[in-house]
Amino acid sequence: MSIDKDTARRVAHLARIEVAEEALEPLARDLSRILDFMDELSQVDTDGVEPMTSVTPMELKRRDDVITDGNRQDDILKNAPDAREGFFAVPKVVE
Amino acid sequence: MTAPRGLTIAQARDALRKGAFTARELAETYVAAAEEGARLNAFIAHTSEQALKQADAADARLKAGDAPAMCGIPLGIKDLFATEGVQTQAASNILAGFRPPYESTVTRKLWDAGAVMLGKLNMDEFAMGSSNETSAYGPAINPWRRKDAPDTNLTPGGSSGGSAAAVAGDLCLAATGTDTGGSIRQPAAFTGITGVKPTYGRCSRWGIVAFASSLDQAGPMTRDVRDAAIMLGAMAGHDPMDSTSADLAVPDFEAALTGDIRGRKIGIPREYRVEGMPAEIETLWAEGRAMLADAGAEIVDISLPHTRYALPAYYVIAPAEASSNLARYDGVRYGHRAKIRQGEGITEMYERTRAEGFGDEVKRRIMIGAYVLSAGYYDAYYKKAQKVRTLIKRDFEQVYADGVDAILTPATPSAAFGIGEMADADPIRMYLNDVFTVTVNLSGLPGIAVPTGLSSQGLPLGLQLIGRPWEEADLLNTAYALEKRADFAHHAEKWW
Repeated sequence: MSIDKDTARRVAHLARIEVAEEALEPLARDLSRILDFMDELSQVDTDGVEPMTSVTPMELKRRDDVITDGNRQDDILKNAPDAREGFFAVPKVVE
Repeated sequence: MTAPRGLTIAQARDALRKGAFTARELAETYVAAAEEGARLNAFIAHTSEQALKQADAADARLKAGDAPAMCGIPLGIKDLFATEGVQTQAASNILAGFRPPYESTVTRKLWDAGAVMLGKLNMDEFAMGSSNETSAYGPAINPWRRKDAPDTNLTPGGSSGGSAAAVAGDLCLAATGTDTGGSIRQPAAFTGITGVKPTYGRCSRWGIVAFASSLDQAGPMTRDVRDAAIMLGAMAGHDPMDSTSADLAVPDFEAALTGDIRGRKIGIPREYRVEGMPAEIETLWAEGRAMLADAGAEIVDISLPHTRYALPAYYVIAPAEASSNLARYDGVRYGHRAKIRQGEGITEMYERTRAEGFGDEVKRRIMIGAYVLSAGYYDAYYKKAQKVRTLIKRDFEQVYADGVDAILTPATPSAAFGIGEMADADPIRMYLNDVFTVTVNLSGLPGIAVPTGLSSQGLPLGLQLIGRPWEEADLLNTAYALEKRADFAHHAEKWW
């Protein structure tokens, strides 16, 4: 399986990572090499095998649906690169 | 009075309880040691004031006769653990300036047990790497050096490279690590120390920066097996904040160390004899078999037929989970935010923030993850890898069902390599470091690396023991028997 420049551009966008145009070719080569390595998996007969969803068979615990934490606006905003008037500030999202 | 260096946790515990020195004296000794060790680049932040404060509190508990085993023990903490009010960046620029307003469960348990925090330790960025070279702080350096090239800086391994370098260089008594594909066991082996990856679910993952949630586990990195048993006991236990943490009692791991393994069945998996394995690793492995046989264990050949597919499966699953976990780093709530130009919007802000904040290896893995999860490729890669994961785990279940108690393998395919030696290599070559360790994460099993010999260059080499799920006590005891016979008494000569 080999990745071309357009696929590399699409994957970078899916991952929300800016990649300069001239870096796309080397990125495509890198990703292709890794995917070639993964192609070994196609040799394994997995007919009738369930995909693993949990490595330790255990039942997820349930708890009462109650509020156990809150009123921490200052804590939550403390590390924000831009917080104003109790909100996270971001560039305009909706015109 | 001053407290000495070079003690194990067990020795320091006994000396503290006897009053041979105080926790404050021990903390002062190690605050100085950690600061002197700057050339190892193991510590990326010192918390000396906090250490002295915690030591004073430990002294009060010691005096009151209420001192758990970890009370007054100076530790280093991998930068992946959230530590309240102390920088926590996962060695990444994208978390620049992040000071969590909360404490991870594992570190909170350690502080509750009276342990003392010396500072935060270097690691590969987001725990993605096997040489500590992907760190935003630059690589940690292995205290060990090659006999014939004493000026060459070697890697302490990764991702818990700072933890390994700090323990091997005696900058702290022990350190926390995390292990997603070998990140505790490989650096332990590269630096001549002991490292445990517990059963998945044994230690809470809450407050540990997530890499691949179905594989990540925290564990102790210590000077010997006894210390690993003591420290694991303090780290482990059920936590309602982590729905995958097991609601099981934590046994007294130290009490299990009898060294008696007579009649235990130790499996030697033939698939771990990989092509191109250096002769000295082969010899080390044979010596380990002989030591366990000498201790009265029965050595049996076993087969884990899907072993060769573990690495490719891992390098699908781990990046897939990482791409999802690392989606949260978007420049909005914490860490780095890129500047945008006139006319650009939030998408450019996200994309540039992540381009500037993540290093190359992290970006590569996020993109691979996004690709294998994307429409049209999900079944071929991700679902396929999850099926192969089932088969890999089944291999182990079969062997354990046949009566095998533990499995002995090499911990790494080589001794520590030089910083920069893999720079031009294919990323795959670096991934091969995990060849003996990833199967354990994929199967959720406990594993331990124990130093048992030296390479021709005088570098430490380790063996790995893999145990049954939840039977860390038994695994530690087997490791203890191996340790006693290997009698690895070597230390890195101080050059830093």
